Amino acid sequence: MTAPATAAPTELPSYLEAAHGPKSWLLTRDHKRIGILYLVAISVFFVLGGLMAVLIRAELATPQGDMFSSDVYNRLFTMHGILMIFFFLIPSIPAVLGNFLLPVMIGAKDLAFPKLNLTSWYLYMIGGLMTFGSLLTGGIDTGWTFYTPMSTTFAQGQVLVTAVGIFVAGFSSILTGLNFIVTIHRMRAPGMTWFRLPLFVWAHYATSIIQILGTPVVAIAILLVGAERLFHIGVFDPKYGGDPLLFQHLFWFYSHPAVYIMILPAMGVMSELVTAFSRKRVFGYHFVAFSSLFIAVIGFLVWGHHMYVSGQSVVAGAIFSFLTMLVAIPSAVKVFNWTATLYKGSISLQTPMLYALGFIGVFLIGGLTGVMLGTLGIDIHVHDTYFIVAHFHYVMVGSAIMGYLGGLHFWWPKITGRMYDEFWSKVGALLIFVGFNTTFFPQFILGYLGMPRRYHMYPAEFQTWNVLSSAGATILGVGYLIPVIYLLWSLKFGAKAPANPWGAKGLEWQTASPPPVENFATPPVVTEEAYAYETSAPAKEVTVGV
Amino acid sequence: MASEARPAPLAHHFDDYDQQRESATLGMWLFLAQEVMFFGGLFLAYTVYRWKYPAFFALGSNQLDVPLGLANTIVLIGSSLTMVLAVRAAQLGKARQIAGWIGATMALGTGFLVVKGFEYHHKWVHHLIPGAGFHIEGTTDPAAQTFFVLYFCMTGLHALHMIVGLGLLAFLVPKALRGDFSAENHNWVEGVGLYWHFVDVIWIFLFPLLYLLGRHHA
Repeated sequence: MTAPATAAPTELPSYLEAAHGPKSWLLTRDHKRIGILYLVAISVFFVLGGLMAVLIRAELATPQGDMFSSDVYNRLFTMHGILMIFFFLIPSIPAVLGNFLLPVMIGAKDLAFPKLNLTSWYLYMIGGLMTFGSLLTGGIDTGWTFYTPMSTTFAQGQVLVTAVGIFVAGFSSILTGLNFIVTIHRMRAPGMTWFRLPLFVWAHYATSIIQILGTPVVAIAILLVGAERLFHIGVFDPKYGGDPLLFQHLFWFYSHPAVYIMILPAMGVMSELVTAFSRKRVFGYHFVAFSSLFIAVIGFLVWGHHMYVSGQSVVAGAIFSFLTMLVAIPSAVKVFNWTATLYKGSISLQTPMLYALGFIGVFLIGGLTGVMLGTLGIDIHVHDTYFIVAHFHYVMVGSAIMGYLGGLHFWWPKITGRMYDEFWSKVGALLIFVGFNTTFFPQFILGYLGMPRRYHMYPAEFQTWNVLSSAGATILGVGYLIPVIYLLWSLKFGAKAPANPWGAKGLEWQTASPPPVENFATPPVVTEEAYAYETSAPAKEVTVGV
Repeated sequence: MASEARPAPLAHHFDDYDQQRESATLGMWLFLAQEVMFFGGLFLAYTVYRWKYPAFFALGSNQLDVPLGLANTIVLIGSSLTMVLAVRAAQLGKARQIAGWIGATMALGTGFLVVKGFEYHHKWVHHLIPGAGFHIEGTTDPAAQTFFVLYFCMTGLHALHMIVGLGLLAFLVPKALRGDFSAENHNWVEGVGLYWHFVDVIWIFLFPLLYLLGRHHA
């Protein structure tokens, strides 16, 4: 606890105390406050999306349709997907933790475009409220994928409103990515060279590239769906010579990379957690940094693996299959390098580290089943079954949310200036890990046995696994509830956090908790990388063995 | 306070004007990268459907008015020239010249949109608007609409970008006259200039792809 040394010299008010009242929040240009605005908003959407998941799992506890008609069920899982993907997962780590931390980590006073940053939040809110409004007025039944001609011709309900909502929120994502890239290029403190950047920043750089280059493609696709629905013209409608597959290509060109928008920032968080809690320099810094960029680039070339059974040519399928396998390489580089970082580190099992270790296990399963699904033969067998559902929940819920929660716990003292309860936070982390696996592992088995996704009724022989899955969802739900309680509790009753409670090395720990408005009392000059932990202690022991 | 000629100050989070300018320029280029991908979806659709229906594309293209399209191309390239001159005036810090060249750019841009309006009206009169009332000489296949769907989507989105550009330019005129732009700080002029050129470049692609494509089939 050597914190006071740097926090002492000046008594600048923290960003939380600098101004008060609703206006000071809603018109703020401080990246830290905007991060908090996002935190509140995405939490609300997470609860809404979560409630829908609860209803879905309750319905699936029995083979009959007890609670909902097929039509209502369709709307339920569609909204669950849309809210969770576009309004929780995509903004989660970048817009909350990235917003708050990225400028602090590189020693800047703010993001390059503070007003644009606030605009992004408003765009996100407008999009979110439109989408949620469409839910209140009947919802949509297209699935989150908006496949044509379902979405353009046959779907009943508020397709147009939802589509515009997602379109608007998409620009929030684009502008956030733009802000991050400019900030990383132009706002680094003296001495903060590219290869001293925390890996969290590298991950966000890669994510931003996808946000800028991918999102506009889905935006134009959504716009065309809207035009087709509104004016009854044939962009994708075969009746007028249109091609429905074109929509799928445009959609997945964004929506596959969108998975990397969700997972790359979580990987960035992982690199920070694993190093801080094993007191070791990250193993193979350059490899981890470039693997993020490699994932971003290769991620743009694999979208066809969503279309193996859509009538795409076998040659295209084989090429996409090969390219999909390539993604496994940078992903494995990261997992191996985190593991190698753990090796002979002085590991302490604080709550963030529990999430980090959970991430490695869960991501391993999610990633390896991704390789299975990238294989043409297996994918055709399990296409549109629960195997797929289990796979993407392992990556997007298991891994991405573990990363998000791990990061939130790691930086909570920095963000709020308060410590949370040790015991309950560990209970929460364990329940989430157990609950998550109990919910989704049975779904791999269900899918392999042939249970299709998106139906609210199923043959009786699948019930055991479904009941297990629903039981797991209960544990998971309790697991998510616990952090809500103790984190809120900590705001008022938590112990005051020192500047650097974990003894971590990143620049963000050199300033007060919570930081002052311009982040640092005096502009920092960087003299070492973010992972300059004393490697001497374990290194001495290395010389003995082998 | 408003009457005072004062250049826009350095924003609090930048160290110097260079950093501020470089950030603004990079930001604008990234935004344009986003725009390329946005229009890219339409260019992909164009490629797919032209490959699928070459005859209908030739047929549709022959309905477009090449002299008007050519005139608009020249008008738009002219507006890029006046925009460059506005940026040059900003670099020299000459307030009235900035406003003048921006005004000229706006006039040319508006001229383009007016001509475009006449063209759209012409299509309306000749039942070339996709949908139930669509009719074209030479075929009854509804797939012949694809060319016009893309024509309206692409030129419509382009026109929308022009309107946004005109709005931005209009916003710059009073700023320029007030003396907000100096040799150190004229990022707004530079940024809107980049955007304007981008919108021009889109048209440079649209003109041959839509208007000239059918000529050699005629």
